[in-house]
Amino acid sequence: MGLILFILFGSIAIIFSLGLIFFKNQIYNALCLIVTLSALGGIFALLNAPFIAVVQIIIYAGAIMVLFVFVIMTINLKKGLPPERKKWPARLAIIIGIILFLELLLAILRVGGLFPPSASPAGTPANLGELLFSTFIYPFEITSVLIVAALVGAIVLGKKRNQE
Amino acid sequence: MIPINLIFIFGLVLFSIGLIAFFVKRDLITMFMAVELMLNAANLIFIGFAQAFASLEGQIIVFFVITVAAAEAAIGLAIVMLIFRQKKTVKTEDLNLMKG
Repeated sequence: MGLILFILFGSIAIIFSLGLIFFKNQIYNALCLIVTLSALGGIFALLNAPFIAVVQIIIYAGAIMVLFVFVIMTINLKKGLPPERKKWPARLAIIIGIILFLELLLAILRVGGLFPPSASPAGTPANLGELLFSTFIYPFEITSVLIVAALVGAIVLGKKRNQE
Repeated sequence: MIPINLIFIFGLVLFSIGLIAFFVKRDLITMFMAVELMLNAANLIFIGFAQAFASLEGQIIVFFVITVAAAEAAIGLAIVMLIFRQKKTVKTEDLNLMKG
């Protein structure tokens, strides 16, 4: 049952992420990415990580993608994007991507067999919170500083310069 | 039980698609989306490893990655807005300020 659901969600994720390459319209790209991220949230829930699954849906598929869609609508390119002038970088990119995929596949298939499938402790909010506030307390605090820095930076960058 | 190799292969396929999309696409916003896709593929593999080692540290790392990705998206999109306001374009071909 879990395997069937995993393959279903994985197929959805891969098919819709291909839409990121094939669609020209940025809004279609964003919608494809939202579906991909939601499917990945389902996969996380299957893999014993319910808290991460919920965070994935809320923050990624919700907040971050809303930000993307908002910026796309603000920019509003009326005539759309003109076709690419040069073709060879795209072909080179596809070749390099496939080579990288095969290389990593070889590496990971050799490593992956080493682990017997074992049941990890469920990543509930209680378990994760306990670990987050004991072992990982310093990274957690530094993350809050990072968030504040990003907030201030985004506001300063997005502010309109007033003419002196 | 989901075999660990299957998780890795799905993660690798998603990462490769993200990489190809990053290099094929020519507008900044879609390139950012491709970066988000690559981060998510890495998250998937982290979760897979967390299950393989039967520990929760991998899920904590994913939590941090999501936080950093949110900050990165906010800053990146602010920069994209700034570029669009000055140059009236988001195509990378038109942004040859450094003549590279």
